[in-house]
Amino acid sequence: MNNHQIPAPVKAVYFTRGARILALIAGIGMLAYFYRMIVGLTIANINDQYPWGIWIAIDVATGVALAAGGFTTAALAHIFHRERYHSLVRPALLTAMLGYTFVVIGLLADLGRYYNVWHPVLPSMWQGNSVLFEVGMCVTIYLTVLYIEFLPIVVERFKGKVDLPKPLAGLNKIIELSLSIADATLNKLISVFIIAGVVLSFLHQSSLGTLMIIAPTKMHPLWYSAVSPLFFLLSAIAVGFPMVIFESLLASRSFKLKPEIDILSSLAKMIPFFLGIYLGAKFIDLTLRGAWPYLLDGSVESFVFLIELGLGAVLPIILLLNDRIRNSFGGLLAASALVIFGVAMNRINVFLVAYNPLYAEKPYLPSIYEIAVTIGLIALLILVYRAIVMIFPVISVPPSDGSNLVDRTEGSLVEVRR
Amino acid sequence: MGLDRRDFFKIVTAGSASMLAGEVKAGANGGNHRFSDNFGVLVDTAICIGCRKCEWGCEQANSLAFRDKSEYEDKSVFENQRRPVPDKYTVVNTFEKPLDPANPYYLKVQCMHCNHPACVSACIVGALEKKTEGPVTYDPWKCMGCRYCMVACPFQVPAYEYAEPLTPQVRKCGFCYDKLKDGKKPGCVEACPNEALTFGKRGDLLELAHNRIIQNPEKYVSHVYGEYEAGGTSWMYLAGVEFEKTELPVIGSEPIPEITESIQHGIFKAFVPPLALYGLLALAMHTFREKQAEKGDNHE
Repeated sequence: MNNHQIPAPVKAVYFTRGARILALIAGIGMLAYFYRMIVGLTIANINDQYPWGIWIAIDVATGVALAAGGFTTAALAHIFHRERYHSLVRPALLTAMLGYTFVVIGLLADLGRYYNVWHPVLPSMWQGNSVLFEVGMCVTIYLTVLYIEFLPIVVERFKGKVDLPKPLAGLNKIIELSLSIADATLNKLISVFIIAGVVLSFLHQSSLGTLMIIAPTKMHPLWYSAVSPLFFLLSAIAVGFPMVIFESLLASRSFKLKPEIDILSSLAKMIPFFLGIYLGAKFIDLTLRGAWPYLLDGSVESFVFLIELGLGAVLPIILLLNDRIRNSFGGLLAASALVIFGVAMNRINVFLVAYNPLYAEKPYLPSIYEIAVTIGLIALLILVYRAIVMIFPVISVPPSDGSNLVDRTEGSLVEVRR
Repeated sequence: MGLDRRDFFKIVTAGSASMLAGEVKAGANGGNHRFSDNFGVLVDTAICIGCRKCEWGCEQANSLAFRDKSEYEDKSVFENQRRPVPDKYTVVNTFEKPLDPANPYYLKVQCMHCNHPACVSACIVGALEKKTEGPVTYDPWKCMGCRYCMVACPFQVPAYEYAEPLTPQVRKCGFCYDKLKDGKKPGCVEACPNEALTFGKRGDLLELAHNRIIQNPEKYVSHVYGEYEAGGTSWMYLAGVEFEKTELPVIGSEPIPEITESIQHGIFKAFVPPLALYGLLALAMHTFREKQAEKGDNHE
């Protein structure tokens, strides 16, 4: 079995019907985004009782969690040297890079004074007691590291090919020279950045879980735990590979490439292990805190908690332990989607559902503008991803020998037999 | 149910905090005397007549509104429980007097100016600050508007100017810090006509409060709210009924930011844990690389 594939820009039509629909959604979202920047936060349903809404719970908290494919895959392929997964590193890296970029874009919409977002880098404003300060610093540095990690892909694409049109032609040599310098330095230093990326991810993924510990009297006991940072880290690690698999499968369908089922399937073998650790830790925590009664009290919280862990962790473990399901396109897609759903739901639960302010008159529900911005940013992220993989060598295109043609029936999940 | 859950929180919070801190501080209040010299206010709800002059005084002192004093005689505002809002740092609400429902108790609400403020611990840029004199102040120029302080506040006091498009601020009582520095009393205390509000050093106020309880046991419950709550607050309350029956939240004696700060400082102790993780990963990378080389596997 030879998986030695070479990443190349994907050749495809950009504006398919799906892409046009996404562009429409993204356009509406951008209108809502700019509207918010002009008229302020008044268009969101957040208030003095619920200061945080879906822009924090989904755009920021869930966004960071779902970008975990970047550091988990980098650790697997570059630190633990599992060479066969190399083809998955670049797509995961791109997802993380875009994911964090959009986390920042989403965060700006939520900040009342977004033009002050750079304040935490000023030493005069450093505030070491603040969990949010650590999250902010780690995300800032990690985002920089991600862009540095992506540079070699840019170099690979353009080195020796810089040919700007007439008025800018004078810059060709300078750009070419800087690409060569970047190439030479990055080759030596890239390991430093890869490890830094993993350490930074450990730090801020867990610290996102520390955030709500400062509100002990407002948090529901099912989610309020002093080891919440550990849960956030474990669940981020657990959702990393499912994200990579989910994206790879969707990309292969969208670009009509043969899905790398064998690689993805063996990657998926590890998911029950990580999910199991996460579930086990949750179980021990609920037991030690004596919080089990809250699981059976019939409240909305108990219900969503059961869905979060039942559909989002237990079910995918069962599915992925089955060889036939794990080796099928549909099985892999469903199981990885469930894990993603579970972790996303966890973040929403921790930041919104579990949060019970003292004097709230009615529960928080997002406004139409909040929803438009959130969905619009997701659509825009997918469109940018699509553009980048068509320009840069990110996705490894399998050698087409014509023997394993994929059934390309529209609208149904198809199983690939080899 | 509400009470059960709150009790549960107390246990959980105290338990996990001590677990993480590695030691249980005796009552957590042992260190509270170091706040004795802080300025504070004692609110005696048994004396307060609900005239709302404190609201007027606050709005004058902070240039929030310039209404005529007579407008504050409107009793209809007591029909709903009010909360501090951006242009009202303090509000007076009612709660029931069991033996005389027609003449309820009154309770003034404002920032408590905690000894260990959760908002200050949460603030990402240090826009909120605990002054040595006691007040918790806010600097809008540092603020980036993340509103984590509002998530953190156990008394749910800070309000936000959501309607302000470009320069929204977190709004809350600042204990008239500028007046305090000039040796003056805060606006609300100056306006109070019958000494329901007593301004002074926190230590003196506690003594006064306990004396009132001892001298009038029929008038007060034996509980000074704010003496221990959330590790102690600058503003404290006396009441004729259990505080559970008021709108003031039931809060344990642990400082609210204790757990998060233990976690943060544990993780970043001299940067050892992150650097150790870095070293470990570097070692793993090196080891696995050599293994691969021995195997003679095809590299990229």
